[in-house]
Amino acid sequence: MPDHPFGKSIPRKEGRKKVTGEALYVDDLSFDGMLHGVTVRSPVARGRIKNILFEGDLPWDEFTIVTAKDIPGGNFVALILNDQPYLAAEMVNHPEEPVVLLAHQNKYLLEEARRNVRIEIDELPPVYSLEDSLARKAIIWGEDNIFKKFLVDKGNVEDVWSSAHLIIEGEYHTGAQEQLYIENNGAIAIANSEDGVTVWGSMQCPYYVHKALVKLFDLTEDKIRVIQTETGGGFGGKEEYPSMIAGHAALLAWKSGKPVKMIYDRAEDMVATTKRHPSKTRHKTAVSADGKLLAMEIEFIIDGGAYCTLSPVVLSRGTIHAAGPYYCPNVRIKSQAVATNVPPHGAFRGFGAPQSIFALERHFDKVARKLGLTAEEFRRRNFIHEGETTATSQEIRERVDMEGLLNKALELTDYHAKTRRFAAERGSRVRRGIGFASFMHGAGFTGSGEVYLQSVVGAEATADGHVQLLAASTEIGQGTNTIFSQIASEALGIDFDLIEVLQPDTSKVPNSGPTVASRTAMVVGKLVESAVLGLKQTLIGSGFLPEAYSSQDFQKACGEYIDRFGSLKTAATYQPPPNVHWDDEKYQGDAYGAYAWAVYVAQVAFDELTYEAHVEDFVALQEVGRVINPVLAAGQIEGGVAQAIGFTLFENVVWKDGRMVNNQMTNYIIPTPADIPPIKVYFQENPYAYGPGGAKGIGELPMDGAAPAILNAIENATGLVFTEVPLLPEKLMEGMLAQS
Amino acid sequence: MARLLDVLREELKLTGTKEGCGEGECGACTVLIDGQIVNSCLVPVAQIEGSNIKTIEGVAQESNLHAVQQAFIDHGGAQCGICTPGMVLAAINLLDRNPTPSESEIRTGLAGNLCRCTGYMKIFESIVKACQSNR
Amino acid sequence: MRAYIPGYELVTPTSLNDALKLIAEPGWKPFAGGTDLMVLLESGKLEPRRYINIWPLDELRGIEATPDSITLGALTTYTDVQANQILRKEFPMLCQAASETGGLAIQNRGTIGGNIANASPAADTTPALLAYDAEIELRSKDDSRWLPYQGFHTGYKQMLLRPDELLTRIRLPRNKSGWTHYFRKVGTRKAQAISKVCFSAVAHVHDDRVVDTRLVFGSVAPVVMRCVNVENELRDRVINTDLIKSAGQILRKEIAPIDDIRSSAPYRLQVALNLLTDFLSNLGSQPKH
Repeated sequence: MPDHPFGKSIPRKEGRKKVTGEALYVDDLSFDGMLHGVTVRSPVARGRIKNILFEGDLPWDEFTIVTAKDIPGGNFVALILNDQPYLAAEMVNHPEEPVVLLAHQNKYLLEEARRNVRIEIDELPPVYSLEDSLARKAIIWGEDNIFKKFLVDKGNVEDVWSSAHLIIEGEYHTGAQEQLYIENNGAIAIANSEDGVTVWGSMQCPYYVHKALVKLFDLTEDKIRVIQTETGGGFGGKEEYPSMIAGHAALLAWKSGKPVKMIYDRAEDMVATTKRHPSKTRHKTAVSADGKLLAMEIEFIIDGGAYCTLSPVVLSRGTIHAAGPYYCPNVRIKSQAVATNVPPHGAFRGFGAPQSIFALERHFDKVARKLGLTAEEFRRRNFIHEGETTATSQEIRERVDMEGLLNKALELTDYHAKTRRFAAERGSRVRRGIGFASFMHGAGFTGSGEVYLQSVVGAEATADGHVQLLAASTEIGQGTNTIFSQIASEALGIDFDLIEVLQPDTSKVPNSGPTVASRTAMVVGKLVESAVLGLKQTLIGSGFLPEAYSSQDFQKACGEYIDRFGSLKTAATYQPPPNVHWDDEKYQGDAYGAYAWAVYVAQVAFDELTYEAHVEDFVALQEVGRVINPVLAAGQIEGGVAQAIGFTLFENVVWKDGRMVNNQMTNYIIPTPADIPPIKVYFQENPYAYGPGGAKGIGELPMDGAAPAILNAIENATGLVFTEVPLLPEKLMEGMLAQS
Repeated sequence: MARLLDVLREELKLTGTKEGCGEGECGACTVLIDGQIVNSCLVPVAQIEGSNIKTIEGVAQESNLHAVQQAFIDHGGAQCGICTPGMVLAAINLLDRNPTPSESEIRTGLAGNLCRCTGYMKIFESIVKACQSNR
Repeated sequence: MRAYIPGYELVTPTSLNDALKLIAEPGWKPFAGGTDLMVLLESGKLEPRRYINIWPLDELRGIEATPDSITLGALTTYTDVQANQILRKEFPMLCQAASETGGLAIQNRGTIGGNIANASPAADTTPALLAYDAEIELRSKDDSRWLPYQGFHTGYKQMLLRPDELLTRIRLPRNKSGWTHYFRKVGTRKAQAISKVCFSAVAHVHDDRVVDTRLVFGSVAPVVMRCVNVENELRDRVINTDLIKSAGQILRKEIAPIDDIRSSAPYRLQVALNLLTDFLSNLGSQPKH
């Protein structure tokens, strides 16, 4: 292993287990006497439960049956507002809402049983769309169907409208998107009043599950233990939902006294669990004659589904990103998350930002056109610079060079020559176009979120001189194990192989916060660095280790220290960077500690015969602070871009009466190996002073830029302006036919 | 009518073969029957009598990884790992049939194996590198 | 897995005759590569519950050629089709359709006979079979008969297969080698797609005159459909823009696409028209646009 692993493409730490099939995911575990569990769900969108009937010729006395009445503690999934029940008791508020849980050792019989539970419901009028919810066609949540509202007000937009050279308005829409991790949600639980509750599961946030189970069972924290098993992808889809399935498995285990495994099949995972929030954004923009932004008024609305879950935080991130990497003196953003009778929408990579950035970038293409400027020229005139302020009046104190990124991205793609060439080739059956989007993504929790979280990371040396990292941050494919080890190895100056990352288990690791929000490398990684530096200081301070040392010296010193004092442990707790201020009331201040900045360029081919648009080439250029591991980092970008291509051109959730009806991988289509263009990833590195080794967060960034870049390219190819995603061939056809 | 997938995972405890969709779309349950890749979720166990089945557990020779496995580790071909056993088997089968596939042949050879993490780039690269190391 | 697996039977006969005896009894259905039936099983919707495992029956495999025709055993897989040199040379649309069905793992198990007997209007190889004037052999315990494939499917999931019959062979006349062949599957993504529209067409053109043609669409009607009215309009006529236009007008009346979770009726109709136009425009000596 290299002496300085930081910045090098060290192979994934658990790679060998994964390529040999030895890695154990939750469905790979089993326990003696284990039962299987299933969920019986609401057949309708909204109504009052009248009766639950157990029908058919089945040995019902062999089944463990759990309803809301069996819940020992609070019947709510503890999160933000605690409004979502574990099991509907009187009312159901969305199709597929959990009502009854069943367990049996024979999983085939269990399916027969699930088919034979009939839930009788007096239906009430439902609301299925964001528009109907806003129009209050029925009040289905609280007093006004609104989970959360934000108002961001910078300067005064009202002063500008009358004197502006041009005012340009537009409306933009994005659809729901399924995370489609290849491993479905699953959990195994053992639970009884004596030992408490232990859960194994596929998840991003063990302490979210822990918190939820404490309330569900009304037990003390030490009686709940949550263990993350190898996790087959998350993308946000295993941020909040595992609290639900873990709770269900635990309720069945509690009542049956036996271990209970609950694994969703694909149909259930798609129909019942969270998706990306659909959105609608309205823009009104005032510009001067020389193409400078004067005022932006943005209305951003997201459909939260039937319960609040994480919608306020998704709304927050979407709101803050809605004005993009541009400077505008007057900005007003009004945002709302509304209720509908569909399964709750939830976390998905980007967390509101892909929605609001899509609208902004599409709108700015329109503004440029109205001004008679090119899309790039309009952006050049308005990019934010060091010392200027964002929509939340956050002064940018790092070096930011959006124009440099734009120049570089256009150069890398031969953008200008291609634009000319594609224009000259018009008339052929396949039309080509090229387009771009510029954007930023804030890393870590919004505003004071990190301060509230108070994340902790521990480090413990072993007598043979290994260092164990103790954190609840999960490896879900993005490389947590590897980059944490690189950070620790680099900070300590010892061999990479001496670092071990403990499996997240709430009985053994401290709460380093959830694995979300592009925070793991930047925020938790910094705590890893601090924690292991604590070990080093202790060893040096106590005289066991000289200032200059080798790996062997370090190992020897650990052994001697532990011999003398019994153990060697440190912990680091989150400290905000200096001069970071956030006003939660006014939604003004330093929204994020750091932003990653990016320009993405897409080249598309549009077939006039079939109205299919395919991305042929893609360049993703971003400034992300120091890159910890180039292969893993590029893998994050490529994977995010591929998901975003799906979001843009393929992935369409077909709704009927509030239920996803294409809940099969055959009918909800994600890109295959044949559909993804070469994705060329470039990093620029401007070290961030408060990230480990200068790193910033990158996990969500690549989800933001592809959709507007692709639609910009389609506009270039066809002359057609589209304002919504997913943009399917059927929609492209309508545009083409209207044009001719 | 028991599925080969369930017999492998539950009776033989060979859990390296994964279930992603149960309908032959994702390829996570890919195994080889007499040298041909199949989706083990679509094969009733009654249909494999007398056949030779190879799962991911049979790929590495003791501690020696197959070149494709090593390349997946070295070049970022695996992220969350859930599609990896199927993807590795599909890749090995491709190279057995065609030791020097073009990029488009790689895409076609893997078209039945979906990955949601990598965007496929590092998987393609891993396979190209595995071909080079084989030579 | 939503099915109650112990409720299903899958028995393996030792020979084709055994299988035919069993299928003569009520309630038994054939089970070949499983690529469609196992998907239904997964969702708990597979009916009925008694199946004959015909997959091991070698009598139903193999591709045999005579100077006049080529005959495929019903269990010929999509992979077998793509590997056969005669099919590649003379029946390229069938090979292309096979290569665009599912991924390789599906192609290794899915069979041509299964694609016919599953009777889906979105089947990928059946448009090519219809365009190539395929005939099919149906066998029962006591007799066997050859039918033209054209007309075999009588309605959505309906066909002229008696419950006691097994589809055993498919025969393609080798008489289209000088013709123009055109295949296009439209399914939004490039692999593993279910067709929104599938078009398989052949034409024999002499001096810009259409001597003969077959035009077949998938996913635009309750069955995979040969558009006989359009063919009649074209036969023995000189290709020009007026003819292409009138062919399109007839096509509009002949097909009956629907809205479903995969696409819309207007899209299917328009793409069918575009593909027909594209095919016809490129027939003959000069492209007609």
